Amino acid sequence: MTALDTLHPARPTLWGRLSGGHAVPVLTVLLAVLALWYAAAVWMNAPQIRDEAARNNVELSTAELVGRAYAMERPVLPAPHQIASELWRTTVAMAPTSKRSLVYHAWVTVSATLAGFAIGAVLGVVLAVGIVHSRVLDRSLMPWIIASQTIPILAIAPMIVVVLGNIGFTGVLPKAVISAYLSFFPITIGMVKGLRSPDPIQRELLHTYNATESQAFFKLRWPASVSFLFPSFKVAIALSLVGAIVGELPTGAAAGIGARLLSGSYYGQTVQIWSALFMAAFLAMLAIALVALAERAVALGRGGRL
Amino acid sequence: MTVMPFQRPGEKNGQAPGTAPVVIEARDLGLVYQTPDAPVTALEGVNLTVRRGDFVSLIGPSGCGKTTLLRIVADLVQATSGSIAINGMTPQEARRKRAYGYVFQAPALYPWRNVVRNVMLPLEIMGVPAEERRQRAERALKVVGLEQFQKKFPWQLSGGMQQRVSIARSLSFDPDLLLMDEPFGALDEITRDNLNVHLSRLWAETDKTVIFVTHSIPEAVFLSSRIVVMSPRPGRILEVIDCDLPRQRALDLRETPEFLDIAHRVRVALRKGHSYEEEGH
Repeated sequence: MTALDTLHPARPTLWGRLSGGHAVPVLTVLLAVLALWYAAAVWMNAPQIRDEAARNNVELSTAELVGRAYAMERPVLPAPHQIASELWRTTVAMAPTSKRSLVYHAWVTVSATLAGFAIGAVLGVVLAVGIVHSRVLDRSLMPWIIASQTIPILAIAPMIVVVLGNIGFTGVLPKAVISAYLSFFPITIGMVKGLRSPDPIQRELLHTYNATESQAFFKLRWPASVSFLFPSFKVAIALSLVGAIVGELPTGAAAGIGARLLSGSYYGQTVQIWSALFMAAFLAMLAIALVALAERAVALGRGGRL
Repeated sequence: MTVMPFQRPGEKNGQAPGTAPVVIEARDLGLVYQTPDAPVTALEGVNLTVRRGDFVSLIGPSGCGKTTLLRIVADLVQATSGSIAINGMTPQEARRKRAYGYVFQAPALYPWRNVVRNVMLPLEIMGVPAEERRQRAERALKVVGLEQFQKKFPWQLSGGMQQRVSIARSLSFDPDLLLMDEPFGALDEITRDNLNVHLSRLWAETDKTVIFVTHSIPEAVFLSSRIVVMSPRPGRILEVIDCDLPRQRALDLRETPEFLDIAHRVRVALRKGHSYEEEGH
């Protein structure tokens, strides 16, 4: 065995192939996390169980303690199987039109996320084009854009919801505005970098062809910036989801993942909170996967590389 | 001395030598850069006449102003003194009329476009209709021998092939003047020899005027009809050597006594301009 063999192990056995790829490491970590979770669930739920048992003057063995820890109605830390069954109950086992269905709530949040992302993307691109082409805009806008992101979103969100509600805009729009507010920033920054990425030699070449400013933009700057756009999109769509959820928190919205989180915390339904969290995480993964798919499609049109 | 009859550049149909129309006329051209430390004289007192069909090499060590002179012709930088006319126009007017094709040292291709679309870029900018664009691009690729690689992307090609695509791109709109800034400088010697033969054949078969910046003496002698030897500090022309080798050239020309004689003269001129001495002498 030389050093090179450790870099490229040639192992045609089933175990060899599984352990050489992603499956085995991911599963190992997953099992470790689950084991720790079950242990933590017992540890965190134990005080409540012991108190209740003491009030009823019942002696509990360790096995009974563990059994009760995994079956509480309002646990401090739900067990994974409780979360899984709640997820199943509110997604697959329930009609999506029901107001209790997690799919319905997810859809409310996703619609605001996508709307906010679209607004943020357009705003981000327009700002970036302006900043790159005008020195005045560059000097005047950039500090404001950066400052806008330093204000905590939890402080601004209620204001936006209330103000827009007074004008008569309720529902998706206030949440979309909050999402756009969070998502335009990475897109602006990424796009500015992308539009400025071509070498001087490229710009000189266009100068020798006597190309106009707009020809230089559409033929050089815009295509060059696309490879900077997609990483920004991934960050932006995740932030947009956060914005949509935050927009549902302050004024007690009736529907959406944020609303589920809120009502779960009001009524002490920790399992509901956790299942909403898992759904939010799943939505974020889905959103980023969508952007990655779009990135693949564009790359194929460019010969396989972005 | 040559035995076979040959055509001097610009000599067509019995035209007398040295009377081809003047393409570039530079008189007392100078360029001084203002830097924070002290002004730098990149070029001083440059007088040069380039006629149609000439292949002019600008050769000299770093800092002799050869690239600067080329860039002044291309209107990428403006001279601070003297005058220069290209086809009777200022460099800016010539650039606006797209009178020349410029080839950089790096291929500078667009990675998001395939080869044929890269070659079509100047034609798109000039507003040539789509079908004609494609035909001219394919023709240009055929000249450099890459018509099989139309659909490939730049990252799939070797350095030499990318540079050939860059040359095809500068030929696609058929300019009469080619400005080339050390186009083969980043390539290995074998590829370089190959491309020298391609370029020489291209020049022999058309009536194009070429200004070629290089720091390789064999390359300059092999390709040119006139060699302009320059020296630095300040950048100026030392000598212009006429190179009357036959217009059709093959690589084994480089071992003939005529070739070695001209190369020797170039080396002598460079030495006279202190190009071989170290700084401070």
